[in-house]
Amino acid sequence: MRKKTKGIYASKIKRATHMLFYRRHQKPGVKGWEFHRALGADYPKVLEVLDDYLKSLDLMVKTVFEEEKTPVGKPTLEELNRARFYVTLRGELTPKEAKMIGWRIDDLAGLAVTISYIISKKGQAPRKDIEELLSEKLPGWKVGINIDRYIRYGYLQQDDNEQLYLDWRTRAEVDEKALIEILLRSEAQTTLPSESAEEKEGVGEQENE
Amino acid sequence: MPSKKEQKKFGREKLQRIIEMCMAIENHTVDPFLLNVDDVIKVVKEYFPQWEKADELNLDSEAIHHLASVIKLQSEWVKNRSTSLYTDPFLLEEKIVQAGKEEMINVFLGAWHPLVELEQLSLHSLAEAMRYWDGLVPIRERWKDFEVPDFAIGFTSRDELIKDRVLGDKFFSEELEAYWQELKMRVKEKGADGKMFYWDFIGADTYEETVNRAFLASFLISYGYATLVIRPLEEEVFIKPFDKPNTKIQSQQSVSIPIAVTYENWQKWERGELD
Repeated sequence: MRKKTKGIYASKIKRATHMLFYRRHQKPGVKGWEFHRALGADYPKVLEVLDDYLKSLDLMVKTVFEEEKTPVGKPTLEELNRARFYVTLRGELTPKEAKMIGWRIDDLAGLAVTISYIISKKGQAPRKDIEELLSEKLPGWKVGINIDRYIRYGYLQQDDNEQLYLDWRTRAEVDEKALIEILLRSEAQTTLPSESAEEKEGVGEQENE
Repeated sequence: MPSKKEQKKFGREKLQRIIEMCMAIENHTVDPFLLNVDDVIKVVKEYFPQWEKADELNLDSEAIHHLASVIKLQSEWVKNRSTSLYTDPFLLEEKIVQAGKEEMINVFLGAWHPLVELEQLSLHSLAEAMRYWDGLVPIRERWKDFEVPDFAIGFTSRDELIKDRVLGDKFFSEELEAYWQELKMRVKEKGADGKMFYWDFIGADTYEETVNRAFLASFLISYGYATLVIRPLEEEVFIKPFDKPNTKIQSQQSVSIPIAVTYENWQKWERGELD
């Protein structure tokens, strides 16, 4: 009997892995109700076991609750059904690794500044202000392109009044609290020699999706 | 010692001032913590036994209601400041501006956990795709219902367009000019004071023709060939041609005058019941 239950869980974990790792819709991730339908009402337990498996690979199952309404205590099944689940990196990337997954250091720094700035402005900021901020350290021609790219990737969204907000990918990938804490702890630095080398790469660079 | 009436008046003024202060706080023009809630409650309590009339009690409840809103705002402020995410925005902005690129990267990498996604073909999906391809009907068979017959491209003549009723048998400007001449002639024959009844001019043997003439008349008026004279009390509408087209009229601010050319009105005009 116990063996049978174990078998059922193993097959559910496999199914959950397929659903989480392979993109099924335009946006990555799986909605809770999709898991509910595919795996049954005990899918939170299945995801918990899967998360435990992924620990050794430095990956995790990340739950993003609807409209940033993270429940205070243990989430109800209804709240989980409305949430979206992703597989994300559990630990941190080194700058070298970040480059390897297709980000130029300039673009990533621009994203970091943009996200931090929007958080500091309580979740929304005029695009013009962010353009001004980025053009302090990035070439002018790149600023607009970069912001559009952040929007396309799902890190930011823009409304008709050219106000920028954080979008689904930031909520899934960025630990906002940790970002602010690290930023406040950090010491101001002067320009590093590696920047000038980066600058030269500039114009003809291909975009990585 | 002030009389009871004076005391009441004084109390009403105090409540009024409290309400105004609360409303300023609700509109975010004043800091919510400028209002000492305990003091306000003391004032409300002090005057409450004196209120007898409905409007006095109403004022009292309004003050309490606004006070509750201010307390809510104060609690929201405290909640926001006490969350772990709250940091002074100026401090944050300063940090962002001062941070170097490399430093910003290190900060971000400490909080960034990118999504993991895979894209890969499997034997199963390939086999599935092959099965689909085998069952797919060729495009020439699927789309044959949508075949469009070929049309020869050529030229058409003005006569043909008139015959197909795409164009009228005269150029519009010519038609309008002729219509204007007709109006002038008919005003001379049947009109008085250089004008005639609008319906007598546009009215024709058929309703369709009447509508067409009303349509042309509207252009005569808009383009400055004629004008309308309206007697509101008598409910009479006249049309009056100009001797020369008034070209200035098009650049002036115009007024639209709706005239219903309905089938019923046309019938009434035919019976002589409508002027």
